[in-house]
Amino acid sequence: MNEIILIGLAGIIAVAAPIIFATIGETITERAGVINLSLNGTILLTAMAGFVVSVKTDSLLLGFLAGAAIGAFVALIIAFTSITLKQSQVAVGFVLTLLCRDLAYFLGNPFMGLPGPRIPSLPISGLKDIPLIGTLFFKQDILVYLSFILIAAAYWWIFKTRPGLMLQGIGERPAAAFVRGANVNRMRYIYTMIGGALVGIAGPMYSLSAKAGWKGTITGLDGIGWIALAITIFGGWNPIRAAFGAYLFALLQWLGIVLQPSFQNIPSQVLQVAPFPLMILALLLVNIGNTEWVDRTLAGLPESARRFIAQVLRALRTTPPASLGTPFENE
Amino acid sequence: MKTMTKTSSLWINTGFRIAAIVLALAFTSIVLLLSNARPFEAFANIINGSIGSSKGIANTLVAWVPLLLVTSGLLMTYATGMWNIGIEGQITLGAIFTTLALRLMQGTSVPPTLAIILSILAGILGGALWAGIVALLKIYGGVNEIFGGLGMNFVSTALTIWLIFGPWKRPGTGSMSGTEPFDTSLWLPQLEGLRISLWSVGIGIVGLLVVYFILQGTYFGLKLKAVGKNGRAAFLLGVPTTRYIMAAFLICGAFAGIAGAIQVTGVYHRLIPSISSGYGYLGMMVAMLVNFQALWAGVVALFFAALNIGSIQLPIVMKIDSTLSGVLQGALVLFFLLMEGARRTFLSKKRGK
Repeated sequence: MNEIILIGLAGIIAVAAPIIFATIGETITERAGVINLSLNGTILLTAMAGFVVSVKTDSLLLGFLAGAAIGAFVALIIAFTSITLKQSQVAVGFVLTLLCRDLAYFLGNPFMGLPGPRIPSLPISGLKDIPLIGTLFFKQDILVYLSFILIAAAYWWIFKTRPGLMLQGIGERPAAAFVRGANVNRMRYIYTMIGGALVGIAGPMYSLSAKAGWKGTITGLDGIGWIALAITIFGGWNPIRAAFGAYLFALLQWLGIVLQPSFQNIPSQVLQVAPFPLMILALLLVNIGNTEWVDRTLAGLPESARRFIAQVLRALRTTPPASLGTPFENE
Repeated sequence: MKTMTKTSSLWINTGFRIAAIVLALAFTSIVLLLSNARPFEAFANIINGSIGSSKGIANTLVAWVPLLLVTSGLLMTYATGMWNIGIEGQITLGAIFTTLALRLMQGTSVPPTLAIILSILAGILGGALWAGIVALLKIYGGVNEIFGGLGMNFVSTALTIWLIFGPWKRPGTGSMSGTEPFDTSLWLPQLEGLRISLWSVGIGIVGLLVVYFILQGTYFGLKLKAVGKNGRAAFLLGVPTTRYIMAAFLICGAFAGIAGAIQVTGVYHRLIPSISSGYGYLGMMVAMLVNFQALWAGVVALFFAALNIGSIQLPIVMKIDSTLSGVLQGALVLFFLLMEGARRTFLSKKRGK
């Protein structure tokens, strides 16, 4: 019984890996002040493209490279239209969400249901036999290991290095960063594309691993990109908190599957959307502390209750980079 | 002198718009060539399938009405600067409420005409309710309307499927083909031999006119736009911003609800799983393409509806997926946004000289 739970938990870590790639990619992009809203489309398109490239070339690596390249290219379109042409990031991102989705379904149509390669499991000898931890963390595939490294590397880069400090600067106060010698717009281009490439890796992680293959509209990936965007907010633009959000989401999804037999009169489609009300609830929890009426209501409460609620809200609250979504012009 | 610069900038504007269309067609052609299909054959099939026959034209109008209604509604939320991505769910809830009303009245002594009218009113209520939740989450919960709306979309889909397979399932076993069709007396009257109802076309046109009038000719519309242009300034000048945002959402939801009601009483005559048919997202694209100007919404919506209908037969005739229409529509909006940005950059450089 314990073994089953352990394997389930290891599965959660694997399921969360692509979401971690997408969420951290978006975290990096938004840290630079740019919103890439296209995630839902990008993930579908790169899942399809990565699968097709791998099938045609018989190379998993090329499949992932194709995904990363397409993800970076979509991000480049967003960077160009928003940074250089000063168009709304939300508008362009939304159009790309739909366009990439339809491109995925249209171009992927002839490849539906084909057998394809899968990333092999890669247990790490020496570490895999450690009780508990071995099964959880070291009997995974290479991308899951990379997802661990990505969490740590992104955190270290953003919060512990000088370029990372600059990255925070161009998202928070671009004018100040500019005065300190940062080429704000070029850095925004670069970080948007790096973030896009990471999102583009998430697609093939589904089609070449967890949900192997391409099945068109029933691939079951529609919606994942939106979840990743919400987790970016929930994660407060911090890679570690974002990863926590991704694991929490994967855990809830797993519970949904495990508990399904207990709710047999509920169709499976209903349980599949359970993440979305939870997404709203999560966003409500992290945002409600920012609203005016809560401040006003709290002011009317007795001191002890007020302090307790304010503390809870402050712990939950996340605030976006101050210049998120606004173009920068160096006068 | 002044008129000359005016005409020249008109030519520049038109030039950039035409370039956007040409680029979108070129992009779609490349996509077609990638899947070994002949572009001209595909475009000819789309034209033929949409406006090549009276049946095609009728079907295009069937798609036009809901698209026109949601686009009209979205112009209200866009005016306040809100992205009502939850419009899909608002259509769906309109359809669910309409179905509920018709189910309650079917087989009772309520006259059919009254039943249809009441069911459309129920649809309005459903759409507005769903939009109101998104607005409440936004105003009092700080939840961005994009995520609130999107979450509600998925919830509405689940609700539809649960109803179709659960409480409202057909005699015997529920199926993806939807609920049991209503009695023909509860259908919006259709033209002989065609699927289109002139009543629904009329509702669609009136809807657009109402929105055009509100936005162009009323104080209310002016304030909505003030909230969108600069919410903080509008608030300081005494416009109750949140109330106007709520009003825009409720009106938009009501329009989406009518669209859903027409999908039930005028088109499918029952509740089906994908009752919103993606018209909500498509309406957002139409609104972007007309640059949020009501005047062109009708024409562009008609064009997008024709693309949708024309591509339905592509899988049979050419063995390619019907999502081609989505590719072309997306490319059109993307290149329009690109060219709009290029035009502004071009003009500001020219002025700078």
